[in-house]
Amino acid sequence: MTTAAVPMRERENYLNQEYGIKSWLLTTDHKRIALLYLLSITFFFFIGGFFALLIRLELLTPAGDLVQADTYNKLFTMHGQVMVFFFLIPAVPAVLGNFLIPIMIGAKDLAFPRVNLLSWYIFILGSALMLYTILNGGVDTGWTFYTPLSTEFLTTNVVAAAMAIFVVGFSSILTGLNFIVTIHRLRAPGMTWSRLPLFVWANYATSIIFVLGTPVLAISLALVGLERMFHLGIFDPRLGGDPLLFQHLFWFYSHPAVYVMILPGMGVVSEIVACFSHKRLFGYRFMALALIAIAVLGFLVWAHHMFVAGISLYAALIFSFFSYMVAIPSAIKVFNWTATLYKGSISYTTPMLYAFGFIGLFTMGGMTGLFVAALGVDVHVTDTYFIIAHFHYIMVGGMVMAYLGGMHFWWPKISGRMYPEGWGKLAALLIFIGFNLTFFPQFILGYMGMPRRYWQYSPEFQVLNVLSTAGASILAVGYLLPMVYFLWSMRYGKIADDNPWGAAGLEWMTTSPPTTSNFDEIPTVTWEAYNYDQLTEVPVERQ
Amino acid sequence: MFEHFPFWPARASTSAGQVDALFIFLLLLCGLVCLAIFALIIVFALRYRRRAGHQAEHIEGSNALELTWTVVPGCIFLCIFVWGAYIYFQERTPPEGAADVYTVAKQWMWKFQHEEGQREINELHVPVGRDVRMIMTSQDAIHSFFVPAFRIKQDVLPGRYTTAWFHATKPGTYHLFCAEYCGTMHSGMIGDIVVMEPAQYQAWLSGGGSTLPLAATGEKLFSELGCSTCHRSDMQGRGPNLVGLFGKPVLLEDGRTMIADENYLRECIQNPTLRIPKGYKPIMPTFQGLVSDEQLNALVAYIKSLKQSQPKQAAGSSVAAASQQPPATQVH
Repeated sequence: MTTAAVPMRERENYLNQEYGIKSWLLTTDHKRIALLYLLSITFFFFIGGFFALLIRLELLTPAGDLVQADTYNKLFTMHGQVMVFFFLIPAVPAVLGNFLIPIMIGAKDLAFPRVNLLSWYIFILGSALMLYTILNGGVDTGWTFYTPLSTEFLTTNVVAAAMAIFVVGFSSILTGLNFIVTIHRLRAPGMTWSRLPLFVWANYATSIIFVLGTPVLAISLALVGLERMFHLGIFDPRLGGDPLLFQHLFWFYSHPAVYVMILPGMGVVSEIVACFSHKRLFGYRFMALALIAIAVLGFLVWAHHMFVAGISLYAALIFSFFSYMVAIPSAIKVFNWTATLYKGSISYTTPMLYAFGFIGLFTMGGMTGLFVAALGVDVHVTDTYFIIAHFHYIMVGGMVMAYLGGMHFWWPKISGRMYPEGWGKLAALLIFIGFNLTFFPQFILGYMGMPRRYWQYSPEFQVLNVLSTAGASILAVGYLLPMVYFLWSMRYGKIADDNPWGAAGLEWMTTSPPTTSNFDEIPTVTWEAYNYDQLTEVPVERQ
Repeated sequence: MFEHFPFWPARASTSAGQVDALFIFLLLLCGLVCLAIFALIIVFALRYRRRAGHQAEHIEGSNALELTWTVVPGCIFLCIFVWGAYIYFQERTPPEGAADVYTVAKQWMWKFQHEEGQREINELHVPVGRDVRMIMTSQDAIHSFFVPAFRIKQDVLPGRYTTAWFHATKPGTYHLFCAEYCGTMHSGMIGDIVVMEPAQYQAWLSGGGSTLPLAATGEKLFSELGCSTCHRSDMQGRGPNLVGLFGKPVLLEDGRTMIADENYLRECIQNPTLRIPKGYKPIMPTFQGLVSDEQLNALVAYIKSLKQSQPKQAAGSSVAAASQQPPATQVH
């Protein structure tokens, strides 16, 4: 955040109201805290991405030749832990949610601004523990910490890694609480529940999962630590424990966490699709209901990760059934986004390209979810590259696309500058191509039977692995580009209008960037969400 | 037909065809739906692109459409659920009379022992056309028995048995992978499943010199460990009579009834005071740590082999018949 470049006569806003490191580290402004999160998670995104590149390079050849087996195990473990807990989970809620929710509902800040700052400091504490884990030799439990491997058989920094994730969980819990209270209590006059933007609904659904699910993750990781140190016999069968108990506890949180990694993205995409179709979202009520349904049903499907783990036949039937139930609201969302395009006025801006990419990749990720929810098929494909491809289509193809789309969409609001549109489109295209080239071959690899977490593999899998690695290098370039031009645009970008896209929503009715208190006067809302019929379109050439 | 496609895994068991059928159905269904959605998106995006003289039309939504695309996918999902569950049910229900292969997994190898007594490491010979049931346990972390050509996978846990079965249909050598991450050399915990014609298999079985059948090894252990002093077949022992016990329901002291499957036998040897059959005293010492997993397997195989010489139509036979359903992999 270089502030030297801000022109002298610029309007007062949250960026230029105060200067100096202290004004950032002690801020209670939700927008500044959002930027603190942005810096932190971007840092972790590149660390996690670096691990991913090393993984892909190792898998270029069937032999384990680039790194040692133990190193490889650490790489995929830390790639998962960093990406899931330090990037994907906070990405949209803690950055875009923090920045936008108060503005979208017409509030000056979150309900508990200091708790918001506290949650960032907790995140930093967890980050420090994670960095300690990485620098102190890493950890090789797999991001899932399965017992008794993690509790009895590994000698790496298991406790430190578990503590890092334990701590960072409290940051999620506090953010979730803050969002829930804010959305209940601080809506501007006239901002009824049925007028809330879907982005707010999505973060509300996410917050429910944060508050209900994260404590269980904290408990299970604390138990792993205690079991390791004191051999309590909770998971160790030799002491009367049950290793499957850990899997139940872990997935009770971590499956809903998968929805934490997609629901906010659905919120982002809903905003983008409405804006660049210049149209109210098709089926607003159903879209909001579907978000809540996914959050609730998401708590009833956790054991679908355990169909071959040794659970009873009847448990497997129930969890397969609920997995299909949770697929219904996801399907509803895809159909509604598509229907929103119908008779719209569609412009292909960078955020819209990301939204198209999201819908396509999420559809494929979701459809392959139907494969893995089918018990008979899951037995064959679980723990293979099919699963890797499936969840990367959701988490990277879905969530990262949505996150980047959202960053481009709201960048004028966040920074007060426009990013370069041409470069934006190029990066979106590279990411889409690179992503598919990386992960589509992995579906085939998985069905052929290549197990996940393999440092060396059978030669017949090589061709597809080479394709995948080639895709990953394109993906890497695609991810570096926005990083570069966002930084560039903070100094050289065109000054943004208050509402450069002609978008609906309170965040576009305030200045770009907003002032510290968001609005000069708390607005009174008299219109429905996505009232595009009352807004003028911005012609393509002016975008 | 699909097995001649490049990138299609070999198909060498009865369940492989079933899994492939559902998989291909899903590919076609999801492929078509995906194409339809993508086509709609592209058509809409081109047709309704923003341009001078074109205005967005304001549409609220449609309850009829919402209902349609909730109910129709819901019904299709239910069908897929039932189909998938049907295959799974079969995979989890071993047929009567399957040949048992006792498996001990450890970091990072697979140890197999046939009923006939042959031991193998990282290689398993099985005949074509015979049901084979894997009775598996782990000495350390969780592993997973995965044979892509058979489309089966089952995690192997420490401290209990899990089972999987297959019926190989095509001779050949197929991959065995460990599919559950188990530490440093997880990717080295691989092996070969060698499927042979029955005649060749018989030759292979008899080729390894004379080996004691697993149940006979168990019988020897049974007397060496002193089990036979209490578990007598004449109903005079201090412990329950084990003849004909396997697969039957057992009434416990606390009123529960359990099926005497492999896991039950295993646990009674390892932790005898946990489940006391009704009418007996908790006097049996634990054998945890005293017998290895291989020895446990032999003991279990021996107890399984103790069949009543004349199967009589006893009063409890209806219970026994009903009790054959739950697979041995159940978690208690």
